[in-house]
Amino acid sequence: MNALVTLAAEEQQNPLVPPGPELLVGLIAFAIVFFFLAKKLIPNISKVLDERREAIEGGIEKAEEARTEAQSVLEQYKAQLAEARHEAARLRQEATEQGTVIIQEMKAEGQRQREEIIAAAHAQIEADRKAAASALRQDVGRLATELAGKLVGESLEDHARQSRTIDRFLDELEDGASKAEATR
Amino acid sequence: MSADQTTLAFDWSCRIMADNGCGFPAPGLHSFLFKPIFEAGGFYFNKTMLLALLTSLVVVGFFWMAFSKPKLVPGKIQMIGEAGFDFVRKGIVYETMGKREGEKYVPFMVSLFFFVWVMNIWSVVPLTQFPVASVIAYPAGLAIIVYLMWMSVTFKRHGFVGGLKNVTGYDKSLGPVLPLVVVIEFFSNVLVRPFTHMVRLFANMFAGHLLLVMFTVASWYLLNSWLIPAAGISFVMTMGMIGFELFVQAIQAYVFVLLACTYLQGALAEHH
Repeated sequence: MNALVTLAAEEQQNPLVPPGPELLVGLIAFAIVFFFLAKKLIPNISKVLDERREAIEGGIEKAEEARTEAQSVLEQYKAQLAEARHEAARLRQEATEQGTVIIQEMKAEGQRQREEIIAAAHAQIEADRKAAASALRQDVGRLATELAGKLVGESLEDHARQSRTIDRFLDELEDGASKAEATR
Repeated sequence: MSADQTTLAFDWSCRIMADNGCGFPAPGLHSFLFKPIFEAGGFYFNKTMLLALLTSLVVVGFFWMAFSKPKLVPGKIQMIGEAGFDFVRKGIVYETMGKREGEKYVPFMVSLFFFVWVMNIWSVVPLTQFPVASVIAYPAGLAIIVYLMWMSVTFKRHGFVGGLKNVTGYDKSLGPVLPLVVVIEFFSNVLVRPFTHMVRLFANMFAGHLLLVMFTVASWYLLNSWLIPAAGISFVMTMGMIGFELFVQAIQAYVFVLLACTYLQGALAEHH
């Protein structure tokens, strides 16, 4: 044993005094670990962890984007739907209003035509009545004259006077009839 | 039995009531000293060094499998690796230093955590069964690196005077107590801190290994005659201690890294 080994052996008796060779080997062993981890392995994994975080965050961002888009499209559809409903309601309202107007117009037209027809009919009736009355008057006058002539046996030559008498008689008859009607 | 160095943890010819002239081969300092596998000049190579290098191999090997070709959609090993990586990055570094300041220390802290943890785990791995951190040299090396980083960050950030104020807790509002505080803080931070940092890890692993060896040796030593039930109890204790040690190993690795981050955070913090 040379002096150094003896010295080392003596030093080893105290567990708190670090023996040189062990200290050196310990430092070398740690240096090996630190070298590999710090130079290659930890940068490797840090890069991948960053990439993964970015990938995840990118995914989240994409999802968020898609969600926003879907939301906006949905809102657009909803707006369009509401607009369509509104439009339909408006059209319906308009149609109802127009229908009412048309119905009223038609009613008014019907009324007018009815009145026209009635008026025309009345006029016709009046005209017919007047024609009938004048015809009747002439016939009645003639018949009465003939009858009276036959009864009295004389010709009633004074035509104008005769005519006046007949008219007066008929007027009296009419008056009597209208009076009777009025009292009734 | 040579008193100062061992290859096996104990002399296994000793049994209780075997009457062969040896008592209980209690574990002690010799349990932490190993005969060199080979020697060359002033240098030697022993089991703890082999385990330290195996630690590098395991940590680098695992993270190589997990992170050498990382995918956006991770496989199983990558997922486990990411969980461990994120545990240190978010659970320790971001928690103490914040994302902005902490980011550039993430590789160091991740290396530190897994290096220390695997060094500790050898304690319960069959055949190796020795926590590397129970030899002071290994925690010391790591604590010295952390101490140097902490000091350089302190003085880079605050300048020489500002740095001194930072590490001594200089605060004018303390008034007459100020000199006392400065002396105590200087002593506790600058001088004692690296020492407590390394010893916390070392002592936990040292004590844990002593307990494990104690119960393991006792299980064997008592396995004779009517004391066999006692050996059974000791064996159950060994199993229990293995579970407990697994817990302590993880906790101590966590604490070691957490403290490193806290020190750096103190250096990065604005002067108050």
